[in-house]
Amino acid sequence: MTVLTPSLETHAGIATSRRRSGRSPDLATLGRAGAAAIAWFAVATITLAWPDVDDWGREREFAFGSIAIGAALILGAALSPWLPGLAKRVAHLSPWLAVLGLFFAVWQALTAKSGFLPLPFFPPPHALLEVFTDDWSKLLASITASLRLLAVGATIGAAVGFVTGVALGWSKHIGYWIHPILRFVGPLPATAWLPIAFFAFPSSWSASIFLIALAVGFPVTVLTWSGVAAVNTAYYDVARTLGASQRFLVLKVAIPAALPQVFVGLFMGLGASFAVLVTAEMMGVKAGLGFYLQWAQGWAAYANMYAALIVMSLMCSGLITILFKIRDRVLSYQSGAVKW
Amino acid sequence: MVAVAARVAPQTNTGIGLDISDVSHGFELHGAHLPVLDHLSFKVEPGEFVALLGPSGCGKSTLLRLVAGLDPPSEGAIAANGKTILGPDPSRVVVFQDPTLFPWRNVWDNVALGLEAQGLLKARRARVDESLRLVGLSGFAKAYPHQLSGGMAQRVALARALVNDPGLMILDEPLGKLDSLTRISMQGEIVRLWQASGFTSLLVTHDIEEALLMATRVIVFSDRPARVTADKSIERPYPRHRDDPQLVALRRDILGLLGLEATW
Repeated sequence: MTVLTPSLETHAGIATSRRRSGRSPDLATLGRAGAAAIAWFAVATITLAWPDVDDWGREREFAFGSIAIGAALILGAALSPWLPGLAKRVAHLSPWLAVLGLFFAVWQALTAKSGFLPLPFFPPPHALLEVFTDDWSKLLASITASLRLLAVGATIGAAVGFVTGVALGWSKHIGYWIHPILRFVGPLPATAWLPIAFFAFPSSWSASIFLIALAVGFPVTVLTWSGVAAVNTAYYDVARTLGASQRFLVLKVAIPAALPQVFVGLFMGLGASFAVLVTAEMMGVKAGLGFYLQWAQGWAAYANMYAALIVMSLMCSGLITILFKIRDRVLSYQSGAVKW
Repeated sequence: MVAVAARVAPQTNTGIGLDISDVSHGFELHGAHLPVLDHLSFKVEPGEFVALLGPSGCGKSTLLRLVAGLDPPSEGAIAANGKTILGPDPSRVVVFQDPTLFPWRNVWDNVALGLEAQGLLKARRARVDESLRLVGLSGFAKAYPHQLSGGMAQRVALARALVNDPGLMILDEPLGKLDSLTRISMQGEIVRLWQASGFTSLLVTHDIEEALLMATRVIVFSDRPARVTADKSIERPYPRHRDDPQLVALRRDILGLLGLEATW
């Protein structure tokens, strides 16, 4: 150790001086990228050199893709003197990509190559790639169907929840009637309504809209309500002395003051809506990612199932990201808001 | 010394006259009645600068809330220019101890609040810029409240009040939370604004010196429930000096009225 430490320091010293001179690539970045690239080259080697125990397509494409990732990493690091921004990203991503490469290598070895994990439950990575390349139109249609259902349901739920929450926070008379209903119905999981909803509504699609709206509406209502109720009364005093009407107090004082809470409600509601969406699609709606999952499992098409899971995860994460981006923009006056 | 630019007395007398007649007020606290104001009566002439002094918790701020129209008095009535006060009105603006700026609005939008609430913003946008200039914050129109220091935030609150061309400026310990240097400079600024615009000022403060430096009249309240124990005119020209012998003598008197003569 004592011998190693000074030599590492000299390496770092050289690296910085070279970066300053602006001619040769940064050695630390190159080393990190190289290690990650080796993992991906290993994935490619295992994929091509070790024959599959069964017949899956897109083996070569998967291997070439792996090589491309490895090569891109090295290229990005090598270009560090000219593209410092890119090199920084490469240095940042390399550790994760190295681990991911190792994961793919082990996955490949345990499934298609050795057959150690039972088939068909554990398809190899290139089988998933095959789903994406050959079944993308059906996946795309499923995403569109899911997003449509979610958008309509969540918008209705958020709008109704927001208005109800503001009304509850503002008016004691409205609170008298709505509060007991909210307490009785709200905590019930939206999926518990499934059997009733599917025969009470004219179509399974409208029933699902109802369920999703319910799942989003409850947390949005409660948090909007608590946000409005918790507004600093000094804000109202200030606005009133300056000539504000009741309408102004609601629209320009209560609602903007409650918005941070409203976004917490939207975040919780959106999370709940994903669960309801998938359940509704599995139970009744004959479209969407939930339906695709169910269908894939029914045909023992496990590669399709995993592929759909990945797509679903990307979709949900993407929607949460969009919500946080909107929140950051709307609440940009706040300092130090949590970043997603 | 208080840095006051203008040496002239209020020229344009647009101030509101107040008539506080036999006002009593109380709160319900844990089921018991807590009297706060006890048959208070006094008048404030238009354009006066009246400071209210009294022991902590004696009900000075409660009286200001009644004058602002935020709460109705339990008994008695308060009239502004002869008309009984029934609710808040933008001619009577309040600057609170906390600036209570709206954090989601930038400085300009905070100052514009009153005009926007009254539907006058389109016609009087220039007034917002002018008010900001008056408090020396023209360069901070786009800043958000969390970016301001305490003194700057209180200046914005002052501009937000001024933009309405008030007849009465209700100042509820507006400088109470500021550091002493900011405090001194803002005491001068408020006096300068009062002299320039001619509004009536009603100031609650804990600081006897502040009251003597700023006001034309000091009203001393008793312990809760508040009654008027003294009402003194301060006929000294501005800018006033802390070591003015007449002000020093007045301070000793007032400390005596508050039962604190032994400490000075």
